[in-house]
Formats: sequence, structure tokens, C-alpha cells
Amino acid sequence: MRGAKSAKWVAGAAIIALAATACGGSDSDSGKDMNSGKADPNGILTAQLGEPQNPLQPANAKESQGSRVLRTIFSGLVDYEPGTGKLVYVNAESVTPNADSSVWTVKLKPGWKFHDGTTVTSKSFVDSWNWSANVKNNQTNSSWFQDIKGYEDVHPAKGAPKADKMSGLKIVDDNTFTISLTGPVSYFAYKLGYDVWAPLPESFFKDPAAAGQKPIGNGPYKFVSWDHKKLIKVRKFDGYQGPNKAKNGGIDFKNYTTADAAYSDLRSNNLDWIEQIPTTSLTSYKQDLGDRAIDAEYSAVQSIVPAFYTKQFKGINPKVIQGLSMAIDRDTITKTVLHGTRTPADSFVARGVLGYKPGALGDVTKFDPAQAKKLIKDGGGVPGNKISIQFNADQSHKPWVDAVCNSIRKATGVDCVGDSKPDFQADLNARDNHQVKSMYRGGWVLDYPVNSNFMRDLYGSTAAGNTSGYSNKEFDKLAAEADKAKTLDETVKMYQEAEQLLKNDMPAIPLWFYKVNSGQSTNVFGKIVYGQDGDPIFTDVQVKAKK
Amino acid sequence: MPDATKTQTEAVVDAIAAPSAADGHKEQGKPRSLWGDAWFDLRHRPMFWISSILLLLLLVIAAFPGLFTGADPRNGDLTNHFLTKPDLGHFFQADWFGYDGQGRSIYARVIYGTRASILVGVGVTAAVTLVGGLLGMLAGYFGGWLDSVISRITDIFFGIPFLLGAMVVLNAFTDRKVYVVILALAFLGWTSICRVMRASVITAKQADYVTAARALGAGTPRILFRHVLPNALAPTIVVATIALGGYISAEATLSFLGLGLADPTISWGIDIAEGSQAIRDNPHALLFPAGMLSLTVFAFIMLGDAVRDALDPKLR
Amino acid sequence: MGRYVARRLLQMIPVFIGTTLIIFLMVHILPGDPIRAMWGDKAADPAQVASLRHEFGLDQPLWKQYIDYMGNLFQGDFGKTFGGREVIDEMSESFPVTLRLTAVAMIIEIIVGIGLGAWAGLRAGKAADTGVLIFTLIVISIPVFVLGFLARFVLADQLGWVAPNVQDSTDYAQLFLPGFVLAMLSMAYVARLTRTTFAENLRADYMRTAMAKGLPRRRIIGVHLLRNSLIPVVTFLGTDVGGFIGGAVVTEGIFNVQGVGNLLFKALQQREGSTIVGVVTVFVLVILVINLLVDLLYAVLDPRIRYA
Repeated sequence: MRGAKSAKWVAGAAIIALAATACGGSDSDSGKDMNSGKADPNGILTAQLGEPQNPLQPANAKESQGSRVLRTIFSGLVDYEPGTGKLVYVNAESVTPNADSSVWTVKLKPGWKFHDGTTVTSKSFVDSWNWSANVKNNQTNSSWFQDIKGYEDVHPAKGAPKADKMSGLKIVDDNTFTISLTGPVSYFAYKLGYDVWAPLPESFFKDPAAAGQKPIGNGPYKFVSWDHKKLIKVRKFDGYQGPNKAKNGGIDFKNYTTADAAYSDLRSNNLDWIEQIPTTSLTSYKQDLGDRAIDAEYSAVQSIVPAFYTKQFKGINPKVIQGLSMAIDRDTITKTVLHGTRTPADSFVARGVLGYKPGALGDVTKFDPAQAKKLIKDGGGVPGNKISIQFNADQSHKPWVDAVCNSIRKATGVDCVGDSKPDFQADLNARDNHQVKSMYRGGWVLDYPVNSNFMRDLYGSTAAGNTSGYSNKEFDKLAAEADKAKTLDETVKMYQEAEQLLKNDMPAIPLWFYKVNSGQSTNVFGKIVYGQDGDPIFTDVQVKAKK
Repeated sequence: MPDATKTQTEAVVDAIAAPSAADGHKEQGKPRSLWGDAWFDLRHRPMFWISSILLLLLLVIAAFPGLFTGADPRNGDLTNHFLTKPDLGHFFQADWFGYDGQGRSIYARVIYGTRASILVGVGVTAAVTLVGGLLGMLAGYFGGWLDSVISRITDIFFGIPFLLGAMVVLNAFTDRKVYVVILALAFLGWTSICRVMRASVITAKQADYVTAARALGAGTPRILFRHVLPNALAPTIVVATIALGGYISAEATLSFLGLGLADPTISWGIDIAEGSQAIRDNPHALLFPAGMLSLTVFAFIMLGDAVRDALDPKLR
Repeated sequence: MGRYVARRLLQMIPVFIGTTLIIFLMVHILPGDPIRAMWGDKAADPAQVASLRHEFGLDQPLWKQYIDYMGNLFQGDFGKTFGGREVIDEMSESFPVTLRLTAVAMIIEIIVGIGLGAWAGLRAGKAADTGVLIFTLIVISIPVFVLGFLARFVLADQLGWVAPNVQDSTDYAQLFLPGFVLAMLSMAYVARLTRTTFAENLRADYMRTAMAKGLPRRRIIGVHLLRNSLIPVVTFLGTDVGGFIGGAVVTEGIFNVQGVGNLLFKALQQREGSTIVGVVTVFVLVILVINLLVDLLYAVLDPRIRYA
């Protein structure tokens, strides 16, 4: 909080009045402002954050808030280049596979330090992964290690673990170790960019719970304090050796419970970056903020998924689903009801992911009521002539579900209603237990930027993310072959072929890709750059020097 | 306060029960003239007539929404997405109140939403009066252990915050139709009526004419329903009428939180929730359903007020 | 008096146990698994889910969970959240915030409510009286969440008179708007109650006596009338404290207040049983104690009432 408390009330009011009059003002001024002046390498950035749900342990951040903080404190072996999704080495000097991609050798950059001064060695990684994978340590992301040999020993399906080490991890020397996988995975190195693969210092294992409250990492920022539900402070780590050295002095993550509150603080420059523009201001934020408005895509897709175990969709002719897809006016809905926060999807794979092919689904995602009607008729019609779309009411899904239903009703005459579950738990419960009545809302944010993540992990017959009961032997075969391919390029290509197979089978109806709609304050120098996962690259953000 | 019904009824209980309890309900000794007086009094109150006419109109709307608009409340046209602002000159036409985010006529939705709100209000009140009234009567008339048990149960349910309780109960239902919401609200709302009924039955059963009836050999059911109940009914009716408005308000609050009625039922609460997301640029999407909701609650509370004043001459 | 208090305290025990049991059952009977939900759209690992369920005791039969919970509660242990924090810590952060908000609301309610009510009561039957009556009717008719949105939109966003959100809950200036919205409904009731008792007491014998004695009008109103008229109002205010804490769910949500209401709403969404039951437990205790205090205060204010 800047300024005296009593003055802030008045100041806030004055700024709102100013902003209101400035609405029609010249946007070019604010643009010039953004790049004028100097950056202060020690300036502190204030960013929005919700309270992390779990302690700050690398493999325990299943939600975005905890993950946002963890990524500033820990650096992994590799990272993805924004925009292209290409692999960049961070703490690793190299990650190389053997001939069939089943054994990987990791070489570390020597001389890296944790924030407490201890050295980052092979052991820091191996110990960390062994601890995180262990079922009794209750890390929500423990299953990320399942490709590694010996995972069943530390993480049996039932009962206590038989070992506390995975046999697939072998330390060669201080800066080299090998990872043996249960089978070949050509894109394994890509998975290593996720938070869970971070190293942990010796001190962590003495008291993991305490370390979760006061994490010590090897990342560009060191943790300072966590005032629950108020503020998390991280500061630049001067001893950082990685390529992504912080260009600011540190970050104050401030807690907000509503997007509206965060937005009004952004406009009064008490906050430098917000997560999402509140719905109430989506129509006007570009005028409010001028060049400081942020509108960027990220790799996530929203779709509606038929429950193939229901009477309605069991053995249905895929033409019917294609017809339903063509009955949805994606362009109009994204522009009006969704206020431009999404872009129409034209593929199962989200944009920005390796292997995304524009227009991969062709006409199937184009709005064409006549063709939609025809396809549904050719396919034998929708049983019962009525569908429902299940969604959870605790997030703002209702507007688009209503709009999609409306579009389907009007274009095809098939009745469509939203089937709202009060909260996410109830929604998931119905999905996991195969109790969805007709269709459900599906969402998928990338885990790693390879197209296999958007196909095999969702539509494979045995994939854990497949809750619709969809099964296609041909696709399973193709996916298995693709995973065994010699090079990543081949894998990606084979998955692109598999996507065409899915197009004819329609395991889901992709609707649109997500966008980030956000903004930055006048304290920020230059425009904030985003990563593939929809979060800013905080190390690159520069803070303006105070005059 | 979302806890509207509770505070509301509490206030009324205080306003009627508290002052008159001190006086021992002496004026309720002559049953026929109480009701006669009340009716005479009501007829001379403009508030009674205004609220009655309003309510009659709302009931007709709820029963025959098609009479008031030809527009479709469910199917929208996205070309109308907020584009058409209200045109207050276009009486009874689809664009009278403008269009909402889905391009649906707000006027049509306001008209079709009446039924759900009225049903919830009347349904909950009926259920609450029946259950709470019966329990209160039994507790008050028989006293002893039955009274202790019922009173403690009442205390328990009274202790659960109304809105929170309703949220938890409704969370358990996946199919939230009108009757589910009615049951959930009634499950938590019967306590006030029970307390009021118990208090007035206790006063009524001590009256001379009850002793007289008993001396003449009248049976328990006869005493209960012919002598005690008619004399104990007045405060219950007042509390129930006023609470009715509160239940409508509670339903809207729950729908607003995403826990009340669900699609395809058309409810003002849902529309207000959607409208609140557009308040900056299109306040009409919030104002019209909210206005209609407030008007309905207003009519019921005004009626309750008039009835209370008529039944409780002391407050004149 | 002592025996009366003892009896009331004893009566609280079954009520307390019953209330917590009902809330506990309600929370745990709900469909859906909060542990599984931590994984969201992604697939959950069954072995890890089982391990976490065991950690939080969710694999025990329900009756045992309740007994364990109550057993810990009596030792002052409210349990842990799924995030591993002590529920008691979460509550000690949020209760003071809500108390401050309640205090603001209470002050507004008392000043405006009693003021309006007294003003109308002294002019019973006149235009001012009718005006206040209609005003209170309108206030009661508008649901709080509508009032909240409208008040914020008009007073904060359009006019800029007050802060639209609470960023710092120790700043009473920021708490004004949510406090005001929270107070509105009760304020209307207080005004109506005050008006009724004022009008009634104006015709009471002791007023005539005071008037006949030739006491100055200001003294009659200020001392005799006010004191006697405020008894039911005080009762109402007492029961209303509970209503305020409960009513904070909506108000706190709209105005970004990190209080109990917010805590409860979030916990409900995440099905965090220990937090929900913990908050409600404290809540019920507060209401029970306040009710007792109000009844005792009643005796102090009104010499006609004696508890044996």
C-alpha cells in the first residue's frame, strides 16, 4: 500500500473521476508513457494472486495461484520459449535421450546455488523427485513421475510404498544423472518443464511442512514472507545463474477476492498486474487502459464432450456430433457473450502448441445451420431430440452454455438445456462416476506444449483424462506408435494424422481457445510478455524508475 | 442481509409478540369481533387495497404469462446482444425493457419469471405454516416433555444461519426444481412460525372460555381446533404473510449465488446475477428483474403490514 | 439469577450439539469428493486420493468422524484445512475483520434506525410518519445483493464518494460502504420497531404523569420515553448481531472483504468440512451467548422483569 491511509480514500475517488473523463481521451499518450522514462532494475512489482490452496512445495501446486509463486522461486531443468513452445535449457546443460528415448541423461550447469547457499547437485533433483513421487508424502502432482522405472515401488496403487527411491533414477556424478523410463517417450524432455521437476535443498527434507510455508529454491527470486491471504513477497536472488535473471527487484503478490477489486486497484496504480479483467469491465477495459490493456492467447481449449456411455450417444453416428458442432455460431458467441475473451477453435489442439495446424477440423467448426441439419438427419438424428450440457455454476460458464444451447436450438431444432451442478466437486463427481446425462463441459490447459497432450491424454481409451467413455482402437494404435517415434518431429506429425482420424469420430466438440484479458499499471515499463500457460513471464517485467 | 426471512420474522415477532405478551393478550378474548374488526379496519386502509391489487395482478401474470407478452423468454437472438436498450415507449412489446446478454427480451423474462418466485414464496409459506404451526400448537397446548423436545429442536434449527443452511442443503441437490427449493427453505424456515404459534397457543389455552369448554366436557381435538386455534391464529398469519416476501427474496439470493433455481426455470434471481455482470454498460439487465422482484416483495410485506395493523389494534 | 443463568447454560449444550451435528452431516453427505476435486479437469491419481483421504480422516465412517471432530474441538483443535493450515488460524484472521464490519454496520443501524424511528414515532399519523414507513418498506423489499451492487455502482463507481472495495480492512473509511449495505435491512426494522414503541409509550400512563408533573418536554422524551421504548429495540439489536455475521456472506463477497463470510463461502465451495463446521460452531456459540446476554440486559433495563 502506498501513501497514507487517510489520503488514499480521497486519492482513489479523484483517480476514478480522472479516469472517467479520460475515457474518450487520446490513447497514444498512454502508449508513449508506457515506454518513456527508465527501468529501475530494483523496482518492486505488485501482482495479483489468490491464496495458494496448498503449501508451496513444487509437486503440490495443482492450481494456478500456488504455481505462479512457485515458478518464481524454483527453476527447472528446462523451460519453454514463449510463442513457439520450443525447449530452452535452464538448470540443465543438456537433456539427451538414448537411441529409443527410454533412458535420458541429464547434465546440470555446474555452480548453481539454492537461496540458502547450498549447491544444486544431481542429488538435489533425484531426492526431490523421489520424495514428491512417494505416495505417503501426499503431493497432488505425484503421478507426474509415473513414466520413471520404479514408480510403483514408491507409489503403489494400494498400500504402503515398498521403497523410498525410484530405481530408474541414477546419480552418475554431482552434475550428471540418468532417468530410465518404463518405455520409450520421445517428448519426455518436454514434460520436464513442469513445476514438479524442481530440485529441493537438503533442508527441505528435515521439515517438509515448514519448507512449504517458507520455501527455499534455486529460482530467480528468493522467498521472503507469506502473510496468509494478504501478501506473499519474493525478492531478486542475486546469485542466480540462469538465463532468465530477474529484470526487477522483486514481486509483491497481493491477495484479492474479487476481480473487480483488483481492477480498481490497477486503475489507481496500487497494483501493477491483474490476472483477469472483471466481466463487468470487459466491454470497456480497452478504453480504460489504452495500450496498457493486455489481450493475449494461451494454450487452452474449451469443448463440449458427449458422454459416450449414455443411451443417447452410445454407438452414435459421428455425423450427428459433427452436425451439432456446425450448429454452434462460434464467431458471434465469442464476440458477444464472451466479450472477445476466447477465439473460435478450429482444432482439437490449442494454438501455440507444437503440432497445432490451423483449420485442422475444416468445415466441422464452421457455422452452417443448413449443413448442420442435414448431417444430423443423415446420421439418424439425436435420440430424444434433446441434449443437455452439464457445467458447474460456481464459475462463469452459464452465459456461454446458454448461448451454445440457444445456437443449437435455433439452427437444428434439437432442444438443448444447460444442466448446472452447484459446484465443481459435484460436476466432477458426475463425470467420474459416468452419471452425465448427455454432454458435459470440458476444459484442458496444456501440461506441456506438444499436441499429444491434447489428444492422447484426453481421448486415449485408457487415458486418465478420458471420462467420456470414448474408445477408438485405431487411434490408440496410432498414438502408441507416435510415442515410440524416433524423433519429436515424427511424433508430432503422427499425432497430426491421428487428429484427422478424430475429426471423423468426434470424441468432443471443440468450441474455442482461451485468451488472457488483463492489464498493467503505469508503473510497468514496456509491455508484459506472457508464457504459453497464460501467466506473465515475471522475470522479464520491468518497473519504471520513480522520477 | 441475505438472512432476510429470519430477521424479518424476528422483527415481527418482536413487534407483536413482545409488547402484547406483557399484557397477556387480554384483547383477544372475543373471537368474532376480532376478525370482524380486522376486516372492517382493512377495508379502510389504502395500503391493503394497493397491495391486494398488485398481488392480484402478479398472480394473473404468474398463471397466464402468455397474456402479457408474445415474445419468447428462452430463445435469444445474439444480434440483439445488449444492443437494444430499453425503449420505454414500446409498451408491452418485446423490446420494452431492452434485451439481455443472450439477446432475449428482458420484458418477456421478467413476465415469465414471476411464476417461479410466486410459487416459491407461496409454497414455502404454506409448508412452513403447516409444519411449524402444527408443531408449535402441539408444544404450546400439551406442554411438558413434548414442549421441551420441540422447543430444543426449534432452538437447534434456529441456530443454523438461514442462508448458510439453505446453501448447504441445496448443494446436495443436483436437480434444483421449484419444489426442491421450496423444501430446502421450508426445512430451515419453520422455526419462527413454530415459536409464534406456541406462544399464542399458551396464552389462548389459559383463557376463560377454554376452561369453560373443558368444563362442559369438550374433547381435546374440539378444544384445540374450535377454541384455541382460531384465537391463536392471528399472529401466525401476520408472520407468515410478511415472511412470504422474505422467502421470495431468499430464493433470489440463492439463485444469485448459483444455488437456487436452475435452467430451464426462469427466475429473477438468475437474471439479476447475469445482469450484475453487465452493470457498468447495461444496467437495465439488472434493474428490471431486480425492480420486479422488489415490487413483489414490497406487495407482500405491505399486505402483511396492513393485516398486522388490523389484527393488532394496539399498534394503531 | 445465578440459577437462571445456569439453567440457560445447560440448555445450550443439546442445542450446540444438535446444530453442529446437522451442519456436519449436511457438509459430509453432499455428493462429490473434495480431495478428488483438487485435480480439477485433469485426471486424479486414485492412490494419492486414497492417501489424502486417509490423512484427513475422510475414509472413516461418518459417526466416527463427528466424534473425533468434537473430541478435538473440546481440546481447542479445530482441525486443518486441505491446504494444511490450522482452521483456528484462518478464523482468527477473518473474525476480527467481520467484527469490525459488524461494528460499522451496528453504529449506522443504531444512529439512523433509532433516529428515523423516533422522529416518525413522535409524529405518529402525520406525513413524516407515513414517509418513513414507506421508506422502510422499500428498503426491506430490495434484496441485499441488489442493494450492494446498486450502492457500489452509484456511490462508488459513478459518484466516487466512497471506496468501491475494501483493500485494507482496518481502514474504517473503506468499511463504510459494505457496513452501510449490511446495515440497511436491519436499520429499516429498527426504525419501524422504534417508531411503534415510541408511539405506544407516548400514550402510556407514566408519560401523562411526567407531563402532569410539568417536566420539560426534552427531559420527558430523552429520559422517560427513550429508556422505556428502547427495551424491545435492544433485544432486536442483540439477535441481529448473529444476523450480521451471517449476512456478511453476500456483502463481503461483493466488496472484497476478507471476513468470515468469505471464508465460509470459499470453504463451502471447496467442501472443506473442518472450516465450515468450525465457523458455524463459533457462530452458534456467539449467538447463544448473545441471546443470554440480551435476556439479562432486559432485566436490567426493565425493572418489572426478574429472573428466578
